[in-house]
Amino acid sequence: MKKSPVVSVVRRMSRQVGSGTIGTLAPLLLALWVGFAVTIGDRFFSVNTLQSMAFQMPELGILSLAMMLALLSGGLNLSIIATANLTGLTIAFLLTRYIPGTEGIAWVGVQMAALAAGFVVAALVGLINGFVIAYLGVSPILATLGTMTLCKGLAIGLTRGNVISGFPDPIVFIGNGTVFGVPFALIVLALCALPVAIMLNATPFGAKVYMIGSNEKATRYSGVDTRAILLKLYVLSSLLAGVAAVVMLARFNSANAAYGESYLLITILAAVLGGVDPFGGFGKVGGLMLALVILQVISSAFNLLNLSQFLTLAIWGGILIAVAAVPNLRGRSAR
Amino acid sequence: MPESLIASLRRFRRSHEFWLLIVILVLCAGLSLASTQFLTMQNLFDLLTSYAFVGILALGLLVVLIAGGIDISFTAIASVAQYVALAVANAYGGNWIGVCALAIGIGGALGAINAILIQKLRIPSIIVSIATLNVFYGLLIFFTGGKYIYSLPDWFATGIFWFEFAWGKDTSYGVNLQVFALTVCFLVTWLLLNRTNIGRQIYAMGGNADAARRLGFHIFGLNMLVYCYMGVMAGVASLVQAQLAQSVAPTVLVGKELDVVAAVVLGGASLMGGVGTVLGTFLGLALLAVLQNGLILLGVSSYWSPLFVGFVILISVSVTAWSQRERHTKRVTP
Repeated sequence: MKKSPVVSVVRRMSRQVGSGTIGTLAPLLLALWVGFAVTIGDRFFSVNTLQSMAFQMPELGILSLAMMLALLSGGLNLSIIATANLTGLTIAFLLTRYIPGTEGIAWVGVQMAALAAGFVVAALVGLINGFVIAYLGVSPILATLGTMTLCKGLAIGLTRGNVISGFPDPIVFIGNGTVFGVPFALIVLALCALPVAIMLNATPFGAKVYMIGSNEKATRYSGVDTRAILLKLYVLSSLLAGVAAVVMLARFNSANAAYGESYLLITILAAVLGGVDPFGGFGKVGGLMLALVILQVISSAFNLLNLSQFLTLAIWGGILIAVAAVPNLRGRSAR
Repeated sequence: MPESLIASLRRFRRSHEFWLLIVILVLCAGLSLASTQFLTMQNLFDLLTSYAFVGILALGLLVVLIAGGIDISFTAIASVAQYVALAVANAYGGNWIGVCALAIGIGGALGAINAILIQKLRIPSIIVSIATLNVFYGLLIFFTGGKYIYSLPDWFATGIFWFEFAWGKDTSYGVNLQVFALTVCFLVTWLLLNRTNIGRQIYAMGGNADAARRLGFHIFGLNMLVYCYMGVMAGVASLVQAQLAQSVAPTVLVGKELDVVAAVVLGGASLMGGVGTVLGTFLGLALLAVLQNGLILLGVSSYWSPLFVGFVILISVSVTAWSQRERHTKRVTP
């Protein structure tokens, strides 16, 4: 009766590769890679191109992770960009205010304190989101629409729309430095994605998140404190937005109330392309990462081909529809 | 007769719209005490004029939400409709009827694309509309190069001005294009949802799509109608906006989706479908409009106005959710 674990693992993996999101996305990525290799040639594989891809991906990647967490629970977090900008501005304000004139330990201390203060702000926004959604029962789209406007208002009001710029080297390094040729920001993305993947797949917390996404009521009646889980989830989502804020302010060496606003719907696009069910319950970090690479490859290739970035947007949209249609078309032919 | 009136009033007192109305009335009372300019004809007309664009889109979105779907792509549809209609009018000449027909036709056609993708490929509406938002917008900017159109045909730039009447010495008011279009759209949407068989079918489909299908409703046809209606509203709204701005800017509309969503859901429409009223949408729109207008009249820096809007959204949705929960628990434990 008992099958050997190795066989079942292999069977499970092959099943996963053969169907589902990864089964659709991997061949697509391969096809794109070959197609662009033919049209662009060597330039597409140059170190410069690969490095610039790796520099551009992390912001969208970390923000998409933040969005994905909320989507998995059947919710949505529209406030991630506004949270990131508010966090970025907090850090930027503290840095530009207290860094000049400091040296040695104080210099390091101010930077640590500024980052910590930023994450406190992000966590606070997450707490508001989580409380309003989990304990007051407001639908996530409404609650986060409110906090989004609130955070943006606070950021615009305090800065009058101005940019805060000029940070010390270690901060700038986060966005622009490389470690053995690998952009540090990409390492930050990996340091976010791995723990999130482990948390979702290998901890009770992750299992409960998927359960809530599939059926919140059933989960609550089976004895799970869904409200505490949701609160934690939205705080985590906010903290990830905070990490994205650090990467963003480091890369631009500045912070502003309106950076990255066009990313908001793109994060949903990336997550859904990566196989996250917009109604919750399904989706893996691996799929999201594959989707991000696909989006980035298209964007970089179009850039090399001197095509408009707006054409890239259009193609992204087209690919989303095509990938979303695949399971249904496949199901129809099987029937 | 009076008894049924009392019953319906009692029902109204418990509704979401009632609380919204109270909040708006309190806000209006406070504002008219604080600023003499608030309750003037000019201010109210200006408010209607400047919120016509969001309002017309909100009506389209309301119908989509009631039907159980969602559409995010309407700003891109509006951008395309606006650009094509006025570029054609500039190049070949035209008149009001032609421009309106073109904008409405393009809006309806793009809405139909959404409906076909949603229904025929069975992709959730949120995915389709996020994708088509990027497709429509990306292609528009790609083909136009993102160039603004500043010179509009004279007859379009002048707009319309009906039922003119004098007010004071040298100011006169009339029904302009924005107010006229907003009123017509409100009327048509109200009629569609409340006075037609199709309207009831849309509510039923949004409440329970499977049940509606088994009852023999034409689900594809209904969805087609709903998304085309959204597109048509986007077409109308785009002309209203272009006339007000006196230019066509392909890049400024996209990004305003959530303003419209905020107005509709503040008005009590549910994202789950089947719930929502034209009155509620009007009140949601009015709340946002009066609030922002009031902040300006009170001399609050416009930098701070999103903060207050955020507060109001957050508080009003929290209170609504809380009161519904209270009522629910009361019913369970008498």
